[in-house]
Amino acid sequence: MAKKKLKIIVAKPGLDGHDRGAKLLCRIFAEAGMEVVYTGLRQTPEMIVEAALQEDADVVGLSSLSGVHNYFFPRVVSLLKEKDMADVLVVGGGIIPDEDVSSLKAAGVAEIFGPGTRTDEIVQYIEGNVAG
Amino acid sequence: MADKTELEEIKKGRETWEKGPLNKALSRFGERKKKFTSISGTPVNRIYTPEDTATLRYQTDLGFPGNYPYTRGVQPTMYRGRFWTMRQYAGFGSAAETNARYRYLLEKGQTGLSVAFDLPTQAGYDSDHALSMGEVGKVGVAIDSIDDMRVLFDRIPLDKVTTSMTINAPATILLGMYLALAEAQNVSWDKVGGTVQNDVLKEIICRGQYIYPPGPTMRLTVDLIEFCQKHVPRWNTISISGYHIRESGSTAAQEIAFTIADGIAYAKACVDRGMDVDQFAGRLSFFFNAFTNVLEEAAKFRAARRVWAKVMKERFGAKNPRAMMLRYHVQTGGVTLTAQQPLNNIVRVGLQAYAASLGGCQSLHTNSYDEALCLPTEEAVTVALRTQQIVAEESGSTDTIDPLAGSYYVESMTDQIEADVNEYIEKIDARGGTLQAIEEGYIQKEIQNSAYRFQKEIESGERAYVGINKYQMEEPPPENLLRIDMSVGEKETEKLKALRAERNPDAWQAALGHLREVTKSGDNVMPAVIEAVKARATVGEICDVWREIFGEYRPKEFV
Repeated sequence: MAKKKLKIIVAKPGLDGHDRGAKLLCRIFAEAGMEVVYTGLRQTPEMIVEAALQEDADVVGLSSLSGVHNYFFPRVVSLLKEKDMADVLVVGGGIIPDEDVSSLKAAGVAEIFGPGTRTDEIVQYIEGNVAG
Repeated sequence: MADKTELEEIKKGRETWEKGPLNKALSRFGERKKKFTSISGTPVNRIYTPEDTATLRYQTDLGFPGNYPYTRGVQPTMYRGRFWTMRQYAGFGSAAETNARYRYLLEKGQTGLSVAFDLPTQAGYDSDHALSMGEVGKVGVAIDSIDDMRVLFDRIPLDKVTTSMTINAPATILLGMYLALAEAQNVSWDKVGGTVQNDVLKEIICRGQYIYPPGPTMRLTVDLIEFCQKHVPRWNTISISGYHIRESGSTAAQEIAFTIADGIAYAKACVDRGMDVDQFAGRLSFFFNAFTNVLEEAAKFRAARRVWAKVMKERFGAKNPRAMMLRYHVQTGGVTLTAQQPLNNIVRVGLQAYAASLGGCQSLHTNSYDEALCLPTEEAVTVALRTQQIVAEESGSTDTIDPLAGSYYVESMTDQIEADVNEYIEKIDARGGTLQAIEEGYIQKEIQNSAYRFQKEIESGERAYVGINKYQMEEPPPENLLRIDMSVGEKETEKLKALRAERNPDAWQAALGHLREVTKSGDNVMPAVIEAVKARATVGEICDVWREIFGEYRPKEFV
């Protein structure tokens, strides 16, 4: 049986406009054979989770460079749980201080990818950790 | 610029060298790489000689500083007269905290202010709006009303400093507050100087802080330009920005090309308004990036000046020299900084500041070494300011004007960048102009392709990046990062509540009503904006008036 294509939502929560990384990863994920939905900018946690629900996503990738990760990332995780989508893999990236990583992981974000991470590393992580 | 006989001699000399010593060295040792390219991907030759600059005509292509086409600089004395303005972009938390940072920077020898606003202010939302949650005071200072602006400039006389404000879609409002404040300080408008970014097109292309659709947002931009031309003559009415285009991944030539394409769109909108190019264009200013590849960057700045001068003269028929001068601010490349071994960033910033000085910038912001980790600490900001002071005072680049002129490589690269820029401008013209090219996603896609190429080069190891794909090392997690107090949002919300209770509701309502009428009538909005901010209307309330009339911009995503 053919392997099901992974579906990933790439989202920019909040008002941050730095989308170079998010857009680049969209292209990298697509080249790696994933189905990619990019939400664009100015997404609330509700909008992101709604997109994940509508698209029946396997993965949600969050990107933030404006320092709002502690506010937004855990909220996306808990809203996913509320919608019975706790098996969706949530990963994040951007400008995220090391000292925030453990609390984000404790809140249910699976992994955080900082500046300078190789894109193939991100792809491998997702492929290796997605549920199903 | 060598004569024909000399060129022939040089050609012979080169051929002899190639067949002899070069060939021998190549066959014995080879070279480090098969292909050498600049960070922009432009091929770099082994050597440049007078053959590469044979078509260069000194008087028409370079000229003297302060003379058309301004390749060598816009002022006759450049840094021998005075250094560039050292202007560090700063702002975080509340107006009071930021005011303290400004007074600290001024005390340390900074010569101009540069206001970073938080994202809610930039996107036209008050601190208590649902979309502002988590963002208040984060990447800049939170400004909701003229009350905050008064605190921001407390004990800073507005006739003694110049202030640059990174504000775009709501630029009319923040400038309105600044002018109202000047009035309150008894400083007449002809004495205030500074800049608003006011460049809404690059927000749509790459920076993301847009509010309204291109047409109406351009109208606000032009209203501000027109108003200042009449009433605030020392104000730089726009800072047409390539900085963010480069940060998003463009090459050096694309940075200049798309910025000048935006500049053409603004100049055309002003001309269409009935304004005289010789009067308004002298106050259009620019904002560029500086990467670590010093020589390519210096060539880029030189090429940009030449292209803009020709555009203004040939396309817009400018006669006033000021209207043809490309004056610009530089910020060193944020995206070039690494979270790995962050102290290395000091060296990167040093080289980038050196490039900016060799290129002839009018003002400069040097980034802090910790910016890939967090907002800069006070220590990091001081090192950054000292870096540009060292370039200015110690490097010698400021003692003679345009010191790289005549370098076979730099002149040849200046020509190459100019040609690449002109090719893009022709392509954009052929698509029906800048707005059309943005609407179709052409500019965005070109930038994304360059970002992708660069990432692939880094990951394949084809391009070395210290600490990223070469010379990596294990390091402990960084310490002493600046944290922003999460309670800023709550405090700002409290302040807003008090403001809404205290202000005169009749005056407030009347002012917003008048603004609505003026906006619909098509008249210049600036006087009504100033009236509204004086009646203590907030940024969000004024932006809402325009949201009702103009609608909100929803971009198509091109990925």
